[in-house]
Amino acid sequence: MAWGRTSMSDGDGRLEVRKTYKLYIGGSFPRSESGRSYEVRSADGERFLANAALASRKDARDAVVAARKAFPGWSSTTAYNRGQVLYRVAEMLEGRRSQFVHEVGAGEGLKRRDAEAAVDAAVDRWVWYAGWSDKVHQVQGSSNPVAGPYFDFSVPEPTGVVALVAPPASSLLGLVSLLAPVIVTGNTAVVLASETAPLPAITLAEVLATSDVPGGVANLLTGRPAEIAPWLASHMDVNAIDLTGIGDPELATELEMAAAANLKRVVRPPAGTGDQGTDWSGDPGLDRLRAFLETKTVWHPVGI
Amino acid sequence: MPTFDYAPAPESRSIVDIQPSYGLFIGGEMVDPIDGTRFKSVNPATEEVLSEVVAAGPQDVDRAVDAARAAYAGAWSRLSGRDRGKYLYRLARIVQERSRELAVLESIDNGKPIRESRDVDVPLVAAHFFYYAGWADKLGYAGFGPDPRPLGVAAQVIPWNFPLLMLAWKIAPALACGNTVVLKPAETTPLTALAFADICQQADLPPGVVNIITGAGDTGRTLVEHPGVDKVAFTGSTEVGRQIARSVAGTRKKVTLELGGKAANVVFDDAPLDQAIEGIVNGIFFNQGHVCCAGSRLLVQESVADELLAGLKRRLGTLRLGDPLDKNTDIGAINSAEQLDKIRMLSEVGETEGAERWSPPCELPERGFWFPPTVFTGVSQSHRIAREEIFGPVLSVLTFRTPTEAIEKANNTPYGLSAGVWTDKGSRILWMAQQLRAGVVWANTFNRFDPTSPFGGYKESGYGREGGRHGLGAYLDV
Repeated sequence: MAWGRTSMSDGDGRLEVRKTYKLYIGGSFPRSESGRSYEVRSADGERFLANAALASRKDARDAVVAARKAFPGWSSTTAYNRGQVLYRVAEMLEGRRSQFVHEVGAGEGLKRRDAEAAVDAAVDRWVWYAGWSDKVHQVQGSSNPVAGPYFDFSVPEPTGVVALVAPPASSLLGLVSLLAPVIVTGNTAVVLASETAPLPAITLAEVLATSDVPGGVANLLTGRPAEIAPWLASHMDVNAIDLTGIGDPELATELEMAAAANLKRVVRPPAGTGDQGTDWSGDPGLDRLRAFLETKTVWHPVGI
Repeated sequence: MPTFDYAPAPESRSIVDIQPSYGLFIGGEMVDPIDGTRFKSVNPATEEVLSEVVAAGPQDVDRAVDAARAAYAGAWSRLSGRDRGKYLYRLARIVQERSRELAVLESIDNGKPIRESRDVDVPLVAAHFFYYAGWADKLGYAGFGPDPRPLGVAAQVIPWNFPLLMLAWKIAPALACGNTVVLKPAETTPLTALAFADICQQADLPPGVVNIITGAGDTGRTLVEHPGVDKVAFTGSTEVGRQIARSVAGTRKKVTLELGGKAANVVFDDAPLDQAIEGIVNGIFFNQGHVCCAGSRLLVQESVADELLAGLKRRLGTLRLGDPLDKNTDIGAINSAEQLDKIRMLSEVGETEGAERWSPPCELPERGFWFPPTVFTGVSQSHRIAREEIFGPVLSVLTFRTPTEAIEKANNTPYGLSAGVWTDKGSRILWMAQQLRAGVVWANTFNRFDPTSPFGGYKESGYGREGGRHGLGAYLDV
């Protein structure tokens, strides 16, 4: 990869200061409580990139606790404020563009131009979703002309704590496409990053940590989704789960069955083999916003 | 003050013609079962056998799903939205024309007072068909893209508490969106669904667009798990909802579930207490409490608890329990012996756990399934009668001091279907409405329904909405 930095130096002979990639839980960057890590290599397998934290069941539970704790505050933030906070995330993403291009390119095995396109699309996607914060209510809500002397209206509200299994192949654009619609409406999230290309997710966590997003709103875990997802699917304080990143249909079925224990809202993986064939660059539409919104209908009599 | 006794005022049942036995409505005609068996349907107010109906077997389910598939692939999918709408308008009109017959039949089969079936259930059935009829040729404007597609064959399983109304909630949006349906009414209340089969014939609805198969849980399970089904819509218990959510795992079936509830009805000290008492009575004693969104937990502010309870007990003393067909009846029969057992069991648990039980003096008929209006006071949040859905005329009363405590108690349940709030303070109403984690919030009213108004639960009360524009999403490929 001619455009990449070497793993050792910047070219002027200076020795690089490497980054330690950790988990992101409740606004902090802990290592896995299990003390485990796993080796992340470039997509072609030739280069060592980092040792990422290998999250455990306990880490997943800690993340759910953090997400639940953050939910009342984040969901009651004004839509305007949430929109500004998320727009700020896009600004920070843009500022880290070259770092993301490097990580996405190495992790996904993309040419520089393709990695740039993926990162640019991810930033633009984040801006697109940020703008929905104070618009989705008007598109999804209604006043209802009931046949009686009542004022009746319906408003969308966030579902609660949402677990996300991020797409394995699209390590930043896919991740952003799942995470942004969940938190823009006031949900809080626990994300399992791409197992093979987790580094952009942790860099995204660093962006979130420096963008006024309250700790606990988005929690990012690296590790093995097959190990951690079952604990999230069966967790009784998780309200919804997005299985998009689960490529194994049998595992997806097991997770959906576990999710039934407390009637989680479930987004199934796309038909076929996970996200390998998914084109994340298209118009996302409203489906992912809708998937994690509840509708609340309020009635009140009209009279004098 | 002089008092006047009520004279009996029974609605005539001569308007209904119940056949000694019924088949299954498949492919536009009533057919005999292939592998189904027969069971008896009784009048819960008298235990009189009303008719013999089919418990459809697997081959019957196959046949019904095949008929729905053929109708979907054939006539129905080629029909314009405008013409689908015309069929739905016809159904709405025929329901209106036959409203008295349907109301009487519903009261006989279900046990609910004629006043409710006549004034609530059947008018809402017609309104629901009328509302969704108008959507059929306007789906491109509903916010799901310019040309949203139907899902295919919908399997619909409905409960016994509002038999014909739940049928309307299921069939009207499904047909408006261009789906075909196989609907299974509840085991104990099949008769109005079978009457609806006749209405479909009168409307010349193309054969197979609506199929109605009767039976119990086994039939429902076979239908829901049938590989030829694209959509599952269920209203019923949370336990069965969980089973359905598990059974569709790994399929592409789209699911909506409208499940149980344990709604809090919160009364503040500034509420108009007489109105609140009417709302509490309507909240828990409407339809014998056989309502998933019933206000079964009364949370009353401590400072007015004594006054409110005294008024409530006085009001309950005036409720008239008895013959569902009597136009003066407020409280009808419990729908089945099984449900009566459950209500009795949980009420006994309430006493055992230390809550204080009270019922007004109330004479119960000798035959049939009956339970008096019952109020438990001194209930704590850990009591089973404060946590579990009783689905009967049983109210659990808890108290609170501050609005924050009211919210904590109201939301302290795995359910989230509905809630009520009574106060004269506007800002408090809106704050409460924001804080309550429930799909429907009734403020200074309770148990109101309308086809334009989205209805459905948070948390373990299920997912998806019925009614309004939102209700279309359950039957479109979005």
